[in-house]
Amino acid sequence: MSDTTPKNFQLAEDKTATNLPEANLFMHQADGGRMADNIMHFARVLRKAGLPVGPGKTLDAIEAICAVGLGTREDFYWTLHAVFVHRRDQREIFDQAFHVFWRNPNFLEKMMQMMLPSFKTDDMVQENPRDNMSPRVTEAMKGEKPPPILPDLDNMGEEVELDASMTFSRQEVLSTKDFEKMTNAELAEAKRVMSQLTLPIGEVMTRRYKRSHLNKKVDMRSTLRASSRRGGDMIWLRHKTPRTLPPPLVVLCDISGSMEKYSRMFLHFLHSLTNDRDRVHSFLFGTQLNNITRHLRYKDPDEAIAKIGENVKDWSGGTRIGQSLHEFNKFWGRRVLGQGAWVLLITDGLDRQGAEGVEMEMERLHKSCRRLVWLNPLLRYNEYAPKTKGAKALIKHVDDFRPIHNLESLSQLAKALADDHVMGHKTMARWRQKALSEQD
Amino acid sequence: MSLSMPSSVAETLSLMEQGNYVADRSLTNALFLALKLGRPLFLEGEAGVGKTEIAKVLSQCLGRKLIRLQCYEGLDVSSAVYEWNYARQMVEIRMSEASQEMNKKQLQTNLFSDQFLIKRPILQALEEQEEGPPILLIDELDRTDEPFEAFLLEVLSDFQVTVPEIGTIKAKEPPIVIITSNRTREIHDAIKRRCFYHWVDYPNAERELDILKRKAPDAPEQLSEQIVGFINKLRNLDLFKLPGVAETIDWAHALTQLDRMALDPDTINDTLGTILKYQDDIQRIQGTEASRLLEEVKTDMMKAS
Repeated sequence: MSDTTPKNFQLAEDKTATNLPEANLFMHQADGGRMADNIMHFARVLRKAGLPVGPGKTLDAIEAICAVGLGTREDFYWTLHAVFVHRRDQREIFDQAFHVFWRNPNFLEKMMQMMLPSFKTDDMVQENPRDNMSPRVTEAMKGEKPPPILPDLDNMGEEVELDASMTFSRQEVLSTKDFEKMTNAELAEAKRVMSQLTLPIGEVMTRRYKRSHLNKKVDMRSTLRASSRRGGDMIWLRHKTPRTLPPPLVVLCDISGSMEKYSRMFLHFLHSLTNDRDRVHSFLFGTQLNNITRHLRYKDPDEAIAKIGENVKDWSGGTRIGQSLHEFNKFWGRRVLGQGAWVLLITDGLDRQGAEGVEMEMERLHKSCRRLVWLNPLLRYNEYAPKTKGAKALIKHVDDFRPIHNLESLSQLAKALADDHVMGHKTMARWRQKALSEQD
Repeated sequence: MSLSMPSSVAETLSLMEQGNYVADRSLTNALFLALKLGRPLFLEGEAGVGKTEIAKVLSQCLGRKLIRLQCYEGLDVSSAVYEWNYARQMVEIRMSEASQEMNKKQLQTNLFSDQFLIKRPILQALEEQEEGPPILLIDELDRTDEPFEAFLLEVLSDFQVTVPEIGTIKAKEPPIVIITSNRTREIHDAIKRRCFYHWVDYPNAERELDILKRKAPDAPEQLSEQIVGFINKLRNLDLFKLPGVAETIDWAHALTQLDRMALDPDTINDTLGTILKYQDDIQRIQGTEASRLLEEVKTDMMKAS
């Protein structure tokens, strides 16, 4: 193998430049070669972008490159691909990271184009949606210095960063609602908090049993089976106890204009909820109701949220809570609220239609589910009282009322749910009192 | 009474008619396919549209045994498939101890033999019957939980169950399986994939009248027509729970018992509980709305005649 590699090195060199120090693949020949280093840096970029890449993978990758040899760019790409990518949804991230890190000249050209907004047309944007670098890759690139493989592009490091910022501002200029722009730090934090939130909702008892040592009920089946194994001289009683299961969860999330700032965060919240546990159904409502459960099943949050952005049309529009709830009760209530479901209603209670029909539909919803929790971002104001018509109608028919305006309040919510399952009757009564007193 | 399997869609239709079941073409098609290809038929629809009835009529017309498995949350293998008769097994152990005839191995095979096995519906359905493969009705599958659904996969695709102590029991001739669901939750695609799916809808006015004639023959003709007209008006309204065919038949029976020859507003108000089962809905319809609908029905009937 050591015979073939130098030849390949020659090839690679021909392609790039002549004054480049000879790329060195082997770590023990620490003579200024940087290939191994660069693969390590590339692996770190991938890890930051969310791919499960550990040091072992890096060593694998170096070994694989040794085995294949440094030949064409394509071979190099697929060799690394074979090592780093394990699921279909990781391919996109890998592809983007590869092209940026290992500098595809064509890609650079496109990036240059993007930096000159005057030349850019809408068609181009639509034609090449992949030019739009995933925020995860962009952020992952920031930490790692891209390798100066092409000497004439040595100073491109800065420009790559510039590109990252340009992508953001470009989004704002176009003002298209692209919901995938959540950065890694936000994602990680949100995920951490949200995984805590999912746990506390108390499990409900089912009618199935599991083995137990507590003397609840004698399990005749396993008793007899065990005793026959011993020849039936002695019969040891085996016991069973009811199994518990987290209840199904239905999330109704308001995406109207007044809730705009929170929608993105909530989508990630919904995504991790859906992927963390069974039986989660999610709906978005503004002027109409959208079932997004299936979109959220995509494992990759970027992909899931892009799909939702494509399919849901009434982002940041008005709110028709009554109408949306009516639609939910009529078409979905019976289908998803079975088996003691919890409902999380995320809305600020501001209704465009003067809360028409909200109370009636809330009553119906409340009667059809096990628990109804209202999460209201407006609760961030200490002085908040549910005094709008919509809020008044909502507060009468909920079991719990909590803030949900930032990650901190999410962790507070998780903690509160873990400590005492729902708000006490007294606290709820006080909120209702507040709503009523404003009326007088 | 026909005892042979229908060989065409038209024959299936007439078979159902013999059992006083007025089926539409799409349902008959699905049913025929299920019978012909030996796959389960998955019926979904609102409560009271006659899903369970299909299985009953089939068993009656084909002269097959109907084995019904009512699903509920926590339904497990011991109540759906088989259970060992523990009391008898205990006695058997005592007896073998007393006589000291059997060794350990013998006892084990003896304890888990056919005579101690209590067969529940699914195992019964896999047994050979004199009159041919039975009809297995798995009713309201949506009421049970995912683990049971997963268990059904083996039964529905291969018509076999595995009893660890005995082995795999396979049906010589697969039973005719009818599964119903009220859609209180979604059944997993894996189950649906193995079945022919049919959504049972409310019948149209003409078919509903036909059903009434068969199921409530004592009701006067004019009353039946008014009932069907009124119910159809109700189904166009935005009610929480629309009345099904079962409610229509109940109402016809109730009004016949009350010796009514035609509908009038007071009678409707008094008997509204037969067709509407939610207080909100009843409140909405009672009084002026009911009289208005009745007037509409009457004018429609006038126009038609």
